[in-house]
Amino acid sequence: MAKLLDKQRYKCALGAMQTVQAITRAIPVLHSGPGCAQKLSDSIGSSGYFSPNIFPCTSINEKDVVFGGAKKLDTTIANALKVIDADLYVVLTGCIPEIVGDDTAEVVSHFEDSEKPVIYASTAGFKGNNYKGHEQIIDAIIDQYLEKADEKEKGLVNIWADVPYQDLFWLGNIRELEKLIAELGLTPNTIFGYQRGIKNIDRIPKAEFNLLVSPWVSVGNMKKMEKKLGIPYLHYPTLPIGAYETSKFLREVGKFAGVNEQKVESIINEHENYYYYLIERYADMFLETRVMAKQFSVVADAQYALGITKFLVNDLGLVPAKQFITDDTPKAFQEQIKAEFENLNYGLKSEVSFETYGYKIHNEIQSHDYHGYPLILGSYYEKEITEKMFGHFLNISWPVQDKVVLDDFYVGYTGGIRLIEDIYSVAVQRWN
Amino acid sequence: MSLNLESSNVATRENRIGSITGYIGTLSDLAEQSGCGTLKGCSRCFSQSSTCLSSCALGQLSAIRDVAIIHHGPAGCSVASAGAYYLDKVMAKKRGVTNNTVYVGTDMNEKDTIFGSADALRRIILEVNKRYSPKAIFVTSSCATGIIGEDIDSVVDDVRDEIDVPIVAVHCEGFKSRIWATGFDISDHAVLSNIVQPPKQKRNTINFKNFYESARPEIIEIFKNFDLEPIFLYCNSTVEELSHISESLATTCICGTLGNYLGNGLEEKYGVPYIRTINPLGIAGFETWLCEIGRVTDRSEAVEKYIAEQRAIYIPQIEEIKKELKGLKAVLGMGPGYTFEVSRVLNELGIEVVWALAWHYDKKYENGDVPPSMEYLLENGVDFEASVADQQNYEVMNILNKYQPDLYLSRHPGSTVWAIKNGTPAVYVADEYMIFGYKHTLEFAQSILDSIHNRSFEKNLARRVKLPYTEWWYEQNVDKFLEEGKK
Repeated sequence: MAKLLDKQRYKCALGAMQTVQAITRAIPVLHSGPGCAQKLSDSIGSSGYFSPNIFPCTSINEKDVVFGGAKKLDTTIANALKVIDADLYVVLTGCIPEIVGDDTAEVVSHFEDSEKPVIYASTAGFKGNNYKGHEQIIDAIIDQYLEKADEKEKGLVNIWADVPYQDLFWLGNIRELEKLIAELGLTPNTIFGYQRGIKNIDRIPKAEFNLLVSPWVSVGNMKKMEKKLGIPYLHYPTLPIGAYETSKFLREVGKFAGVNEQKVESIINEHENYYYYLIERYADMFLETRVMAKQFSVVADAQYALGITKFLVNDLGLVPAKQFITDDTPKAFQEQIKAEFENLNYGLKSEVSFETYGYKIHNEIQSHDYHGYPLILGSYYEKEITEKMFGHFLNISWPVQDKVVLDDFYVGYTGGIRLIEDIYSVAVQRWN
Repeated sequence: MSLNLESSNVATRENRIGSITGYIGTLSDLAEQSGCGTLKGCSRCFSQSSTCLSSCALGQLSAIRDVAIIHHGPAGCSVASAGAYYLDKVMAKKRGVTNNTVYVGTDMNEKDTIFGSADALRRIILEVNKRYSPKAIFVTSSCATGIIGEDIDSVVDDVRDEIDVPIVAVHCEGFKSRIWATGFDISDHAVLSNIVQPPKQKRNTINFKNFYESARPEIIEIFKNFDLEPIFLYCNSTVEELSHISESLATTCICGTLGNYLGNGLEEKYGVPYIRTINPLGIAGFETWLCEIGRVTDRSEAVEKYIAEQRAIYIPQIEEIKKELKGLKAVLGMGPGYTFEVSRVLNELGIEVVWALAWHYDKKYENGDVPPSMEYLLENGVDFEASVADQQNYEVMNILNKYQPDLYLSRHPGSTVWAIKNGTPAVYVADEYMIFGYKHTLEFAQSILDSIHNRSFEKNLARRVKLPYTEWWYEQNVDKFLEEGKK
């Protein structure tokens, strides 16, 4: 049922046009009102080979609402194939055609024999947010494009992580995950970002397993691939940030993939040595920064709320105040995510709230005693209240206005160091 | 214009003033056809995405200080709240004021599209009012609520007694109009019908409709010369300020598309004169506009004195820089409130416009006349190829590829990058005051010069990227997908 969405931190399912856009040379074709793409895009590297203002769109008008927009969709797809040089055309439906009942599947079926693949995903805004929309796109690829492979490619692993563009660090994160997996002697396969695209989608069925690094997003996609394509999956719910979690991650993936244990330990050892060489040099600064309390809160989607909480507790020795998960996590996943927040070093537990009402989140932050100047990692909405509390603010979740990220990342050993750099770049602005 | 403030609905620009989004021809033909009433807009059988009228409507309203916007629809519609929050905070900070406007959504889901959600909306309105005590509340629809027939007017009427500030139903279905500027009219209508009060006394103020008031300090200084005080709308306006705009001596606007509904509405309802000259961009524009303000407010002498002083400072400098700009060829693509105004300034600077795109075209302004910017160009013997396209980037790229101009000028986010990928230097005429008055006309000329003097960025990029359009498309005429006689 409709609810008060105050200080919203996600988009609607059609926002998954950005998931399509993250697949190089795949283009969203929108069956929607004229302005949906413009609304759902933001200036965080969303220009590129394609950009939202060139996405073909049926630009539904009043007449189409009355008489249906199927014919318009047909000409839009047909001409998109002529005008735009893409490898994959993904039709996304908005609210209007789904309410008035346009048969998008039927229209798209006219293009079964076209030179380039045309698929469609049901992404009406009222069907859920862009996290769900992202899953719809991957489902559409599995259902309408992929076929079971006759043989597997040894060591090939598909890696899946959170939602491109919604996640500010999506590009850097997935590249770093690939590097870590490659170090284990496996061959990573991902579909998003530079030089990834249709050829990587074509490889998906050949993988020995799917690796999902996300608290809940895409679990359904993994199950679908297991069933249709016979690909087993490893679900690692915590985004590994910093040494503690990344080493754990490598051990778990190594074990799942049957990588020699000694090899895994030697990789970990090498990384940790360098990581702690850096930490050792700056440990005095962390301990002696006068202006930062030991307590922190993260206001983000489940991915960053969990990943950053684990990092700050298990690597840096901070203490969690309350954490806020703002991605409208489906109820079915909430318990297991909560359990992860209660599984921290030294038996520490972090209170966590699944909350989309911004007023409540801000109220709780402001009424909590952080025993000093708090560290708040969140969306741009948390900037002002953090400043009021003389705290330290880092903009790590959508909406982002306070940070420009081209290919920076927080994943892995290096990612942990980057996050430390960002946090202390803020903290050192003040003396006391 | 016939204003009906009793209804919360505003007729679209297409229906009200015959606006179109599809045309290819020349400026003179466009004017001639508008004049004799034969102009019919074309539709397209292929289009790329453009802009939602709700972004314009609610972008305007959410810039007012300390109000609440309640956007009834799925989360994608209210996503503009994130940008509005940012803008409100930074614009208020720059001005040294605070703005606690809240913009919320209702996260409508599938069940709501079947059973409706009027009760939930009612609760949300009351909750927002209780939590934030806004100075006015705007409750707005979306495509989804519009199609299922959610009656936001009734919900608003229903809660009115429980809320002691103005509460307004705002109809923002994105499918209503391809012309996003209809959204500006929608916001003006909401303000005119529910916020503006009848005048109690006349003041020496001028209503100044603009976007982000970047030239506010200098315009205040200019107007001091004439004992006039500008009131900038709606960014950082207060509800109290808006309630008094009927008491001003005149209304003016930096962009005709943005301000004509409010300007005409205030004139029709409260007799506040609306300045209908060409806009204060470039030399002729600034002088014509200022003289008209002088005439309407009975301050002609002071205005003429000011103009003479400023001319002495700036005209020689502008003449100097013109020598370097002479002979350049430009293509531009902007909203109609700017296209023909900027074309005039380019002409003033000695730059030849080879093609001008307007994102839409209003056949008649609200008072029934052809837009003054267009009239001015034709009276001065300036004509060029022109088209009307709602930001259809593939048409822009086709034109840039054929004409290979020295310069592309555009005003909408995400548009300039496509020109530079074509290797064409681009000037982003983003700020509405970028060409305002003598001073900024000089700066504008300098920016153009700087843009063409160092072409490294666009050359570097153009050399390394592939454009997304097929060769087939570049071989077609730009009107390939226009269909006549249909709407």
